[in-house]
Amino acid sequence: MQITSPAFKENARQALADPQLQKAMLHVRSGFIDKRQHAVDALPEFEALRESARAIKDHTLAHLDIYLEAYEEKVRAAGGHVHWAETAADARRIILDICRAAGARTVTKGKSMITEEIGLNEFLEKEGIRPVETDLGEYIIQLRGEHPSHIIAPAVHLTKDQVEADFRRVHDHLPPARDLSEPESLLGEARRVLRSQYFQADVGITGANFLVAETGSSVIVTNEGNGDLTQILPKVHVVVASIEKIVPTLEDMSQILRVLARSATGQDMSVYTTLSTGPRRPGDPDGPEEYHVVLLDNGRSAMLGTEFQDMLRCIRCGACMNHCPVYHAVGGHAYGWVYPGPMGAVLTPSLMGVDKAGHLPNASTFCGRCEAVCPMKIPLPKMMRHWREREFSRGLNPAVQRYGLGAWAFFARRPRLYRVLTSLAVPALALLGGRRGRFRHLPLARGWTKHRDFPAPERRTFMQQWREREVWKQEARV
Amino acid sequence: MSGRSVILARIRTALKVAPDDAARASAVAGRLAASPLGVIPARGQLPQKERVELFCRMAEKVSATVKRVRKAESVPKAVAAYLRARNLPASVRMGADGRLKAMPWTSVRSLEVKNGPAEPEDMVGVSHAVAGVAETGTIVLHSGADNPTTVNFLPEHHIVVVDAKDITGDLETALSGIRQAFGKGEMPRTLNLITGPSRSGDIEQKLLLGAHGPRALHLIVVDGG
Repeated sequence: MQITSPAFKENARQALADPQLQKAMLHVRSGFIDKRQHAVDALPEFEALRESARAIKDHTLAHLDIYLEAYEEKVRAAGGHVHWAETAADARRIILDICRAAGARTVTKGKSMITEEIGLNEFLEKEGIRPVETDLGEYIIQLRGEHPSHIIAPAVHLTKDQVEADFRRVHDHLPPARDLSEPESLLGEARRVLRSQYFQADVGITGANFLVAETGSSVIVTNEGNGDLTQILPKVHVVVASIEKIVPTLEDMSQILRVLARSATGQDMSVYTTLSTGPRRPGDPDGPEEYHVVLLDNGRSAMLGTEFQDMLRCIRCGACMNHCPVYHAVGGHAYGWVYPGPMGAVLTPSLMGVDKAGHLPNASTFCGRCEAVCPMKIPLPKMMRHWREREFSRGLNPAVQRYGLGAWAFFARRPRLYRVLTSLAVPALALLGGRRGRFRHLPLARGWTKHRDFPAPERRTFMQQWREREVWKQEARV
Repeated sequence: MSGRSVILARIRTALKVAPDDAARASAVAGRLAASPLGVIPARGQLPQKERVELFCRMAEKVSATVKRVRKAESVPKAVAAYLRARNLPASVRMGADGRLKAMPWTSVRSLEVKNGPAEPEDMVGVSHAVAGVAETGTIVLHSGADNPTTVNFLPEHHIVVVDAKDITGDLETALSGIRQAFGKGEMPRTLNLITGPSRSGDIEQKLLLGAHGPRALHLIVVDGG
C-alpha cells in the first residue's frame, strides 16, 4: 500500500472535517474502553499476568534465533513447510509460488495485518489471483478498496449506512427491495455471500497470533470463525507471520492469551483460539493437504538490540489506539500506513523510516494512557520520544521548530541568564494579560489562540515562587 | 535457504551473540523441556462441584446455552429436546467419535444421524469435547479420524457434549491433558478452544451473534460421565 504518512497533517485536517468519520469514531470511545476496564477489574491477577507476559516475550526475543530454529524443526516434523522471507517482496513471491503450484484462482483470507503490511491483495490481483477477505470488517473495506483503519476493527471508521450502501452496490444479484436497515441483516448477507467463497477457494491464507516453538503450531485468535473456515476448507493453508510471534511453550501462550482478549475487546477469551500443526493427518476426514508458514522479517531483526526492541513484544491487541486521544480524533487512516495509533507511531518509523513517518511520533500528547493499558508493558511514549530525538539529530523537522528548540536550549543551559530573562518577561506578560489573565491573540502562537485563549503567566516566575515558599517553610519551622 | 541464513545471522548480530553459544541453547532447551507455569488465576481453582458450576456460568455469560444431564445415555434425548425447542429439523451431523457412537441414538424416534465431515447444508453439528475450562467457559476439541473440524464451524447450531470430570479449572491443565494424550511437543492437526458462539462487532461496534461460525453453541454437561 502507498504510504501517506508524510502527509499526516493534511490527512488529520481532512479527518477532523469529515462528519461521517467523526460520527463513526464515537463508537471507539464508547465501545472499547469500558469493556476492557470491566474485564480487567474482574481478574485480580491481571497485573501479575502483564508482568508474566512481558517476561515471556523478553526471554523469547533474547533467544529468538534459537526459538525460530526449534519452531521450524517442529513444523517440518509435522509435515509442514517453513519459508523465510527477508522482505515484503520475498514474502509476496513465496506466497505467489505456493498459489501457482496449487493452481489457485481464488484465495480466501482470514484477517491478517501482516498481509496488509506486505500489500498481498494488490499483488495477487495483479498476478490474476482473486483474494477474498472473509472477516466482516475486512470484507467491507475490500469492497470499498480501502485499508483497515484499526488493527482489530478494520471498518471502525464506517457507519452502518455506509456499509449498507456498499452492499447494495456490490451484491447487485440480490433483490434491491431487501431490508438492510439493521446490522443483523448486513451480517446475515455477508455470511451468505461468503459461504460459497470458502468452498471455491484453492488456498486459504491466515496470519498468526502466536507460533509455538514447543509444538510447531500456528495460533489464530478470532471471534467470527472465518479464519477457521479459511484454514480448514481449501487444499492449501498458508500462514503468514512475522518472526516475533514466537512463544516457547503452550503455557507461555496461555499467559499471553489471558491478557490479549481482555485488552482487545474486553472478552475473557476470544470465541475461537485455534492451534494448527502441519497438514491433515492420515485418516483425518477434513483439513488442508498442505501447510506452509511464511516467516517474515521485513525490518524487525534490525529493531533487536536497539531502543525499539520492546516494540517487538506487541501482540496487536489495539488497546493503545482505543485509549489514544489523537487516534480518537483523526481515526486510523490519517496515520498513512498499515499500523495506526501509538503502536503505529513507533513501528511505522522503524519499518518505513523516520524520514517518511516522522510526523507520527510527534502526533502524541504524551498523556501516557497507551503505556498504562498496554498488556505487554511497552513504553510507547518513551519510544516516540526516541524517534523525535532521532528526527531532530538528523535535521528532519521544520526550521522554525529547530531554531526555537535551539534557542530554548541555549538559555536552558545558562540558568542565570534564563532566570534574569524570565523574571523580566513574566511580569511583562502578566501585565499585558490584563485583568482577564488571558490572551486572545499572540504572535507566533496563532495555532493555539485561534481555538482558545492562552493563559497569561502569574506575576512571578516558578523559581521566584518556589524560593518564597521555602522561606515560608523555614519561618514556620522556627 | 538464503533467506533463512540471512535472517538468523541478522538476529545474532543484533543480539551480539555467536551462533554456537551453548549457554543460550541450553536455556532454550531447558525452557522447552520444563514448560514452566506462569500466573494461574485463582478463579478456577475450585472443588469439582463448584468448578463445574463456574464452567456453566462462564459459558452462559458468553451466550452459550447449557444443559446438564446425569448420564451419557441421556444425551440423545437432550439433543432431540434442543432441536424441538428451536424448531430445527430432526437431523444432526457428527464424526465417528467413540463416546458419541456409544450413546443410544436410535432410542430417539425419527432422529437422523449423519456421520462424516460437515456439509454446507447441515443445520446442526454434534461434537464431544476432550475438556472444558472453567475459568472462561471454554470447550476444547481436537481433530482426528473420528473428529472432523468442519462439524465445529459449518452448521448453524453446534452441540458439544462434555464430561464433568474433564472440566479443568484453568487452561494450562486442559492443555497438559492434550500433552499427555499426544506426547510432549506433539499436537493434533487442529486444536479448537471455543468460547461461546461466533460473533462480530465490526459494524458500529454492535455485538452480533452468528458471523461465520455457529449462531448458537449448546453445551451438554454429563455429570456422571
